Amino acid sequence: MNKIKVVHYINQFFAQIGGEEMAHVPPEWRDGPVGPGLALGAAFGEEAQIIGTVICGDSYFNENVEQALDTILEMVRQHQPDLLIAGPAFNAGRYGVACGTVAKAAQDKLGVKAVTGMYVENPGADMFAQDVYIISTRNSAAGMRDAVSRMVPLAKKLVKGETIGASAQEGYLPRGVRVNLFEKERGSKRAVDMLVKKLKDQPFETEYPMPNFDRVAPQPAVQNINQAKVALVTSGGIVPFGNPDRIESSNASRYGRYDIDGLMDLEEGKWATAHGGYDPSYANQDADRVLPVDVMRELEMEGKIGSLFHFTYSTVGNGTAVKSSKAFAEDFVKELIQENVQAVILTST
Amino acid sequence: MVKEIERAGIPVVHICTVTPISLTVGANRIVPAVAIPHPLGNPKLSRGEEKTLRRKIVQTALKALSTEVSDQTIFEVD
Repeated sequence: MNKIKVVHYINQFFAQIGGEEMAHVPPEWRDGPVGPGLALGAAFGEEAQIIGTVICGDSYFNENVEQALDTILEMVRQHQPDLLIAGPAFNAGRYGVACGTVAKAAQDKLGVKAVTGMYVENPGADMFAQDVYIISTRNSAAGMRDAVSRMVPLAKKLVKGETIGASAQEGYLPRGVRVNLFEKERGSKRAVDMLVKKLKDQPFETEYPMPNFDRVAPQPAVQNINQAKVALVTSGGIVPFGNPDRIESSNASRYGRYDIDGLMDLEEGKWATAHGGYDPSYANQDADRVLPVDVMRELEMEGKIGSLFHFTYSTVGNGTAVKSSKAFAEDFVKELIQENVQAVILTST
Repeated sequence: MVKEIERAGIPVVHICTVTPISLTVGANRIVPAVAIPHPLGNPKLSRGEEKTLRRKIVQTALKALSTEVSDQTIFEVD
C-alpha cells in the first residue's frame, strides 16, 4: 500500500519562527515535517509521510480568516494529501480556532480527512467539536507525546475508512453523535457496578454525563402572599384533553398556555397529561394531582392568596433539552411580568 | 424553567418529587412532592383526604414563597 500523504498545519510558535511578536506572519509552505511534525512522523512510522507543513501566524489567521484560509487550502490542494493534521493547539485559543477552521475546511471543501487536538476548554473545541475529530489534550505542550499517541491511531483509522470508536475510547472530544451499540453487560449490572465503585470512592465513568447548570440568586420573599397574583406552571404535561398543541410526550419542542379562568377543578375527561415519562393514569383521573388548580381556587376564595393567574403554562419535562425549557420560560415569563404576576408555583413530576 | 422565571424577577417555588434534580438544576425554594405520577396527590387516600394532603403541600409552597432565603432551601411539608 502506498504511504498515507500527510500535510501538517502549525502556528509560528511551533514552527520556531517566534512567539507573539511573530504572530502576524502569513501562511507559508515548507516541504517535510517541522517542529511537532517530527514526533508525528515518528509515530506514523512507515505507514505515512509528512509531505509538507503549512505554517501561519495565529494573529494573521484570526484577523484575515478568509484570505488565510484560501491561501492555506490552495497549498493543501496542490499537494493532494490523504490527511491533514492540525496542531495540537492545547489551550492556545487563536491557534485552536485556526486548527479547527483549517481542519473543517480541508474536510468539507477538499474532501481530505482531518484530525486536530485541543484542550477541552480551548474556544476552538466548542466551535468545532461537532464538525471535526478533536483529540482531547492537556492544556500545555507538555502533553505533546500523549496527544500524538492518540491523534495518530485515530487519523490512520479515518484514512483507512475503519470504524471509529466512541469518544471515550478514541480520546476525541464528544461530537454529540449517538450510536447504537450492544454492551457486553446489561444496563442493570453496569449501573450496580458503578454504584458499588461510587460507594467505595473508586473512580467510575458515567454513561450519561449531566450538562453544566448555572445558578440564579433567589428573589426576595413575597411580602403579602394573601394579596399576590400567583401563577401555576408545570413540567408535568397537563393539557386540555386531546392535547390541542400536540406537545410531544418526550423531548418537547413547545409548551402550552391554557385558560383556567373560573375553573374550580381539572376534571377527568377534560384535562389529561401528555407526559410520556410516567404512568399517566393518576394524572388522567385527576389532573389536580399534578397541577393543583382546585386547591389554589379554594385558597383564592378564602383570601389566602390574592388571585390565581388565569393562564397556566405547561410542557413535558421528559428528556426535554435544557435549552428548550429555558427558551419556553424566557418566552412565557414576559407575559407573567406584563400581567404583574408576583409569584409562581412550578410543579414537576 | 424555574431559573428563567427567577432570573426574570419573579419568586418561584418548585414542587417536585425528585428534589436532588431540583437542587442540581438550581431551584432556590423547593417543596418535596408525594410521588412521580402524582406529585400533589395520593390515589390510595379518599378524595377528601387527598385534597387535604394537596392543600398542605400548596400551603407549604406559599410559606416558602413568603420566606427569605439566601441559598437553595428545601421546605418540608408538615
